[in-house]
Amino acid sequence: MTSRNEPATISLKSICFDYSGGQILNNLNLEIEKRDRIGLLGPNGCGKTTLSHIIMGLLTPVSGTIEIFGKRMESEKDFSSVRGKIGFMFQDSDDQLFCPTVIEDVAFGPLNLGQSPEQARQTVKRTLRSLNLEGFEERVTYKLSGGEKRLVSLATVLAMEPEFLILDEPTTGLDEQTTERLVEILTQSELGYMIISHDRDFVKRTTNKLLQLKDGQIYQADNLS
Amino acid sequence: MEMEELAVGKSWVHGIDPRLKIVIMLVFSILVALNNNIHVVTASLLLSILLIVTARLDVRFMLRRLGMVNGFILFLWFFMPFTASGENIYSLGPIDIKREGVHQALLITIKSNAIVMMGITMLGTSSVFSLIHAMSHLYVPDKIVHLFFFCFGYIHVINDEHQRLKNAMRMRGFRPRTNMHTYKSYSYLVGMLLIRSFDRSRRILQAMKCRGFRNKFYILHHYEMKKFDYAVAFSSVAFALFILVLN
Repeated sequence: MTSRNEPATISLKSICFDYSGGQILNNLNLEIEKRDRIGLLGPNGCGKTTLSHIIMGLLTPVSGTIEIFGKRMESEKDFSSVRGKIGFMFQDSDDQLFCPTVIEDVAFGPLNLGQSPEQARQTVKRTLRSLNLEGFEERVTYKLSGGEKRLVSLATVLAMEPEFLILDEPTTGLDEQTTERLVEILTQSELGYMIISHDRDFVKRTTNKLLQLKDGQIYQADNLS
Repeated sequence: MEMEELAVGKSWVHGIDPRLKIVIMLVFSILVALNNNIHVVTASLLLSILLIVTARLDVRFMLRRLGMVNGFILFLWFFMPFTASGENIYSLGPIDIKREGVHQALLITIKSNAIVMMGITMLGTSSVFSLIHAMSHLYVPDKIVHLFFFCFGYIHVINDEHQRLKNAMRMRGFRPRTNMHTYKSYSYLVGMLLIRSFDRSRRILQAMKCRGFRNKFYILHHYEMKKFDYAVAFSSVAFALFILVLN
């Protein structure tokens, strides 16, 4: 797709995955470049979330290979060393936010990556400012509104300064205003990302490449009007 | 669901280092529970009351909480004064009231109230998370600290889920009665909550892993004992010695 000077950010080859109900991914191939902005569409239960969890190493495929930044991923150890570089935002913010206050939650990733508490504080401040969430530091996470939770979730991911983002259904349950803000943040960001969503309008506005997951394989979805 | 009503407020008790609060609470409870001198126990109760007053806690809230405790203690008064052996102080027809029984019931009442009041003033005036945090500074094993942390952190989410399920049941005309249908429905409700919580815990762990979690928690805030905390610690030790000497 682009020049092959650097290896693909994410490269999946012949991935198969079964649930007890049957095969869900069938010889799936996918190449993602660093600056790609991909929208991944597909009906409920077609395996979009499964696919993203396989990329993050949360699920292990039955067969196939996964390469991230050109490195073959085989064990939990391989994955844990690259997870900081691929920011993953979960569908349900309540799964993502588990610390009592916003500052602790946003600092969680940076601290895990080895920043000192002082550095982590600075990172939190910077990240919150970039999302217009100044002053949220001491807010209690479970008392935030749905939209605020989603933005703080994004902050917890961005605080790790990832090189690529994967967002699982980022607009579920969001009002128009917060959705607009999310569009703004994403389109202005310099990061590449993949968005898993049903929201075609949102995907069309934020991505430039549409993929469809169907019968366990990836297809180009050219026209989605 | 509000659980930290007393934690917001500004008084000298609110400002004590949470680590110190836990230690004071623990030592106080043990000393009072093991003491059988009615004067010392009463002095402890007075100390607790003094703390409540100076911490400016909501008295009505306090009485409600104490009401719950004393509800249980009331039962003691129904039989302890009549069943102990020893000297009679009063005879109510065929029933004898024994001095030893009254004494014991009184001791238990005073002790429980003193300890509960101290617990509310010491522990209630800190947020639960700062106490959990303090526990990890006091070298409580990590597993216990994390257990508390996640229990409290997700109790709201689970409560919301519970409310949603319950409302969904009500919307479909469910009314609890004393019959098999009710028991069955409730057991489904509890079972569903358990399964959902289990699923959620799995997703939380996944989300944490995605943010670089490797089974170790790093602490962002650290506590520092101030002069004021040392003063509180010193007076607590003095009071503890006072109790021990009197004993």
